[in-house]
Amino acid sequence: MLVYVIRRLGQAALVLAVMATLVFIAVYAVGDPVAILASPQADQQEMEAITRRLGLDRPLYEQYALFVWNALHGDLGRSFVYNEPALTLILNRLPATLELALTALLISIFVGIPLGLYAGLKPQSLGGHSIMAGSILGFSLPNFWQGLMLVLLFSVMLGWFPAGGRGTTRDLFGVPVSFLTLDGLAHLILPALNLALYKMALVIRLTRAGTREVMLQDYIRFARAKGLSQTRVIGVHVLKNILIPVVTVLGLELGSMIAFAVVTETVFAYPGIGKLLIDSIGRLDRPVIVAYLMLTVVMFVIINLVVDLIYAAIDPRVRLEEAKA
Amino acid sequence: MSEQAATPAPTAAARPAEKAESLLLRHVAAFFESPLAVVGLAGLVLLVAAALAAPLIAPQDPYDLAQLDIMDGTLPPGAESLAGYTYWLGTDEQGRDMLSAILYGLRISLGVGAVSVVIACAVGASIGVLAAYAGGRIDSLVMRVVDLQLSFPAILVALVLLAVFGRGVDKVIIALVIVQWAYYARTVRGSALVERRRDYIEAARCLALPKSRIVFRHLLPNCLPPLIVVATVQVAHAIALESTLSFLGVGVPVTEPSLGMLIANGYDYLLSGKYWISTFPGIALVAAIVAINLVGDRLRDVLNPRLSR
Repeated sequence: MLVYVIRRLGQAALVLAVMATLVFIAVYAVGDPVAILASPQADQQEMEAITRRLGLDRPLYEQYALFVWNALHGDLGRSFVYNEPALTLILNRLPATLELALTALLISIFVGIPLGLYAGLKPQSLGGHSIMAGSILGFSLPNFWQGLMLVLLFSVMLGWFPAGGRGTTRDLFGVPVSFLTLDGLAHLILPALNLALYKMALVIRLTRAGTREVMLQDYIRFARAKGLSQTRVIGVHVLKNILIPVVTVLGLELGSMIAFAVVTETVFAYPGIGKLLIDSIGRLDRPVIVAYLMLTVVMFVIINLVVDLIYAAIDPRVRLEEAKA
Repeated sequence: MSEQAATPAPTAAARPAEKAESLLLRHVAAFFESPLAVVGLAGLVLLVAAALAAPLIAPQDPYDLAQLDIMDGTLPPGAESLAGYTYWLGTDEQGRDMLSAILYGLRISLGVGAVSVVIACAVGASIGVLAAYAGGRIDSLVMRVVDLQLSFPAILVALVLLAVFGRGVDKVIIALVIVQWAYYARTVRGSALVERRRDYIEAARCLALPKSRIVFRHLLPNCLPPLIVVATVQVAHAIALESTLSFLGVGVPVTEPSLGMLIANGYDYLLSGKYWISTFPGIALVAAIVAINLVGDRLRDVLNPRLSR
């Protein structure tokens, strides 16, 4: 096991280094930020001053060495636009995105599992068919389009929820959150629902497939023969056995949820890191783009690492195969 | 059928061809058994035809500024223009007929989706089949790269690539190819690993055929059915992804608007109740994606009898 953990940690570090280099080369090949930052009236001298201040006059390998050195010290550069450390900028907006992603995760679990259970128990009923049709739409329709339709229906036509922004926030342990105020909650509902729809479709499918499989097992027949109520059979015997794959997949999908928040946050003008990324791409604010990507890469590498380690702990075949390779 | 009539006594050489044809016919017949799939196929044919014929059937050329009249801006569906004809789906802020804009947008959306899938499919399938045939270190290296790429969400990778490349139809296609090739590589490798142990590959090796001929003429064709299924569904994914990127403002340029861009343009007006600028391109987009998915689902059932329930 120890050999496997060390090998896997080494791989994770390698992936991080490769991605950091790719991100750096890619982002620093983009456009000329000076042209965007300088005022249209700026003369040659002012332009050169800006270039020097941003460190863009040095050769690329020097910029790269500086980037690696600083990154190892937790400094991912200063935003060209806000003139603040890029990492601080992102960390300030991270709570909003995390709140959005977690709310979406909860919605997809607490709506998706009951719907999937129903569709699995009554696959041939009208309700079962409708749920499956809905989940196919949730899968295949573009996320931003679903968001637009939510806005059109609930904000423009019905006027129930606001169409954008984050609303009033209240501090919880020094972090501003919006689910503690009524206004913030109203602002959170639509974006969270939008982000949840795709995962909900996934949860419905997993739950339905699991339910259909489990219902055929002998222990379900035995539980019935014991005279247990339908509620207890489904609530305890079925639910417990289908939760494992659902939880595994959702854990893996948390990272992609934060990535997908880019789209949702743009639709709802929600001030999270996704909106910051899109704005920064538009303004060629390289340090912020790099900081966002590095944060995402680190997050994905950690998620994948944890999942692999858990698998290896549960299933000895995984680490044996790895040790052979 | 006509071939059979022409050769009443089939020779030994003609028999395999006839068998292949009947297999194809059987697949086609099986496909048409599902009414939903037929509806999807009909819708898809209609949309593709509309997209191809856009310059012929669109009421106006939406990108010829001479034909636009700013006085006709943001008219609701069914309104009459100053020149006297009807805007069935309304107009946008520049007085552009939405029906024409959608027909032209459909061309770009479907075109980008199809072209990117064809290129990604060719690249991915070649890499996948070569990796499977070579085996060993090359195989595990390629698969590591595939795993690595698939562990990041496609939308994020495409977003970064386009932030680097800038806007443009060609650049969107390149980004979509880079995002998608790994799916095909993995799919083809999976079936090639099974196929390469078969006797006909052994036979081809015994004939001392060149490696490239064995890989591309013998191995690859036998790995195609699962690839076709993945490719069909991926066209829908590619279209959705392109529209998302264009909506975010990193996709196609303003001069060649896809459906996603039309939707983005109408978004500001959506909040003030002018729903038609965003909604109708959206319906066209959704129709295209649903139609392709219906066809793809049926193809999967037909081509893979093990999966049919």
